[in-house]
Amino acid sequence: MSLLNIFQISGSGLTAQSLRMNTIASNISNAEATAASDDEVYRARHPVFTTGEPQFGDVFAQSQFVGSAGFAADAGQGVQVAGIVESQAPLPKRYEPSHPMADEQGYVTYPNVNVVEEMADMISASRNYQTNASLMDSGKKMMESLLSIGQG
Amino acid sequence: MPLNLDLGISAQALQVRARRAELLANNIANADTPGFKAQDIDFREVLAQSNNPEFGANQLAQTHSGHLDLPEFAGAGVLAGAGAQYRIPAQPALDGNTVEAQMERAEFAENQLRYQASVKFLDDRVQAYKRAFRGQ
Repeated sequence: MSLLNIFQISGSGLTAQSLRMNTIASNISNAEATAASDDEVYRARHPVFTTGEPQFGDVFAQSQFVGSAGFAADAGQGVQVAGIVESQAPLPKRYEPSHPMADEQGYVTYPNVNVVEEMADMISASRNYQTNASLMDSGKKMMESLLSIGQG
Repeated sequence: MPLNLDLGISAQALQVRARRAELLANNIANADTPGFKAQDIDFREVLAQSNNPEFGANQLAQTHSGHLDLPEFAGAGVLAGAGAQYRIPAQPALDGNTVEAQMERAEFAENQLRYQASVKFLDDRVQAYKRAFRGQ
């Protein structure tokens, strides 16, 4: 029954968006985490999304209910996180000679986190999370109505 | 004696509706995937294909000049195996993503409603059989 795939697809969306929320939280909380050198300073992290492998479609493709024309062979795949990349944006340096992390010239290296960008990203992630959650609920209602056929 | 009940077109319509729900859910899950192209199926086309003998639809042989032509949708089995097509975006994103979440959500809601209508029709059919069995 292909409706079951909705749970997997939306579930993969929920996983991806919550991971995105985690990286955003990490970026924002480390936005002011200074370091003594460029190597040690925190860099903004972003997840990379790709379309998931057609893993649960395969099972249904061989099912007798699926018909001849390849139904569900290209069934929904959901989304998956291919990896997390660190931002290569230049690290901002601020002149703060009294700062304990300041180098010989009096500059402190800050993480390359753009808080405004992160906040906009957060709104997008949270909205998409909600949409996926509500789709899951819709899918559940559809299955429930199907299960009630012939009752009453 | 095999129990062979005719449940009409609704059973096959349900398959297509479920398939479409899955595709739309996949679009929404991939709303932030760079380069992802939104997909959908054309229900009308799927229905039209169902009358194509190539797909093994319910075609009646006409062996006599007096036989009537099969009306457009009579006995048509909705084909579940229709291919998905790419959506033409109104505003594609810079990263090549063509998912428009609000539209996908609206399509999903509409599809869900039609799915439930099909379920209702199927349920009515089942209830009719139940009444017939009881002899009431």
